[in-house]
Amino acid sequence: MAKEYETVIGLEVHVELATKTKIFCGCSTAFGAEPNTQTCPVCTGMPGSLPVLNKQVLEYAIAVGLATNCDITRYAKFDRKNYFYPDNPQNYQISQLYLPICRNGSVEIETKEGGVKSVGIHEIHMEEDAGKLIHDEWDDCSLVDYNRSGVPLIEIVSEPDMRSAEEVIAYLEKLRLIIQYLGASDCKLQEGSMRADVNLSVREAGAKEFGTRTEMKNLNSFKAISRAIAGETERQIDLIESGEKVVQETRRWDDTRGESYAMRSKEDAQDYRYFPDPDLTPIMVSDEMLADIRSRQPELRSEKMKRYKEEYDIPDYDIEIITGSKHMADLFEETTAICAQPKKVSNWLMGETLRLMKEKEVEVEDLRFSPENLAKLIALTDSRAINSSVAKEVFEVMFDTDVDPEQYVEEKGLKTVNDEGALKKTVEEVIAANPQSVEDYRSGKEKAIGFLVGQTMKAMKGKADPATVNRMLKELL
Amino acid sequence: MANIISDETIEYVGILAKLELSDAEKEQAKSDMGRMLDYIDKLGELDTTGVEPMSHVFPVHNVFREDVVTNGDTRQQLLANAPEQKDGMFTVPRTFE
Repeated sequence: MAKEYETVIGLEVHVELATKTKIFCGCSTAFGAEPNTQTCPVCTGMPGSLPVLNKQVLEYAIAVGLATNCDITRYAKFDRKNYFYPDNPQNYQISQLYLPICRNGSVEIETKEGGVKSVGIHEIHMEEDAGKLIHDEWDDCSLVDYNRSGVPLIEIVSEPDMRSAEEVIAYLEKLRLIIQYLGASDCKLQEGSMRADVNLSVREAGAKEFGTRTEMKNLNSFKAISRAIAGETERQIDLIESGEKVVQETRRWDDTRGESYAMRSKEDAQDYRYFPDPDLTPIMVSDEMLADIRSRQPELRSEKMKRYKEEYDIPDYDIEIITGSKHMADLFEETTAICAQPKKVSNWLMGETLRLMKEKEVEVEDLRFSPENLAKLIALTDSRAINSSVAKEVFEVMFDTDVDPEQYVEEKGLKTVNDEGALKKTVEEVIAANPQSVEDYRSGKEKAIGFLVGQTMKAMKGKADPATVNRMLKELL
Repeated sequence: MANIISDETIEYVGILAKLELSDAEKEQAKSDMGRMLDYIDKLGELDTTGVEPMSHVFPVHNVFREDVVTNGDTRQQLLANAPEQKDGMFTVPRTFE
């Protein structure tokens, strides 16, 4: 009988913090600038330049630590991690090895079986990102852009507490939600503001010792992570079954080919010779600083869910979905603050918004329509200025380009015709043109009126209120 | 000299530091490094029970800056030092993992 194996997984998650400037200098972190236009002597490693810690980085790191039940290190410092690579202009990365800012935390995840499991957080440390290497196929060389060099990161190192791809995804989603709620990062995997390295080993079920682990990089979607875990588990089991040994190494996952390969050759020994960075002063986190950050912690999801239940008359399921994303919750609250109609706002989010997101493959963070415009649309339907099918049409345009619905309705002439005279004329024409349906209705076939309403709406190019049309038809028949 | 640095060690340190040393330089480096380690051993003789490890030579802590953009575009100056450049970027030998 084949042996049973257990997969043991720990994650190193890098999160790019949402600061305006880099971790140690006043260069902008704005995305999409021309190469090397957001650099200075500090983030390009010029001799004699002096790094100074961005206070916001420390505050975000502590905020994430508090939200993940970590102990905050009261005396922390930075260390240099030494290695040579063209994206690293100083020839060392400023990171934290000996006294990281947060330690011994945990987050709770829901398991497939419906239970709750705690995943330990070994530590969270602050560090700087490296520059970007672009490979030039034409000239067979590499080009370096240092705009990203010095962008602040936190690295969240979990304990090896996860046992399946599902648990890994649940953990990542939980972390992402917490960090988004804190406003510390937008955590987009595809864009690299959240990156996960997977440390994985396998062992025979029931074994006490861990197997030899490998580290896998280049995982930029939840799907890639799931596939990489399945692929690496299989590779390691195959090695063990055929009597070979798993080698401790870093591997790069190639998602299109569905396999990984070893990244570093033997000449590049991983010996980082860490030592305290003498350019940066130690950090002392006082009681006051901690109390101040704690008092400014925003409402997290569980608190928000509780408050929604008390404040808004919307179903639990809606609350679950809306609070499942900080961006969605913000949209909900801001729109509700303007129009005071939580139920209607929720309906737009749960209905058309989710439907269009799925249809157009739009991520929740990339939703474009503003709370102001959604509130206006709700007001337009409330006043019966437009009917519900026109409203859906307008919403779809808002979804794509955030148009002002009032202006759009005006420009496109989509307003419901409330001129009873004009409407009556059309209704009369429809009655005259459809004697069979009129006959059916009069002989008791109630449903026939639906056809007549439809014909009237069509003749009005959708710009009528179906309820009014219905009433008018009944009167005239 | 109590600390003898082996050929393998100096070879390894050379690889880490990306240095190519001549045989004479290797001998010199072995001797220098041995003396440095002797000095560290000497420090080790001190009784440091109850002394906190030092993190910084100055009694200064919490030097922070506010999260405000203060730097502009100085790409021209930056690239003035580049031996080779293309499209506003440094050109380096083809590098990838």
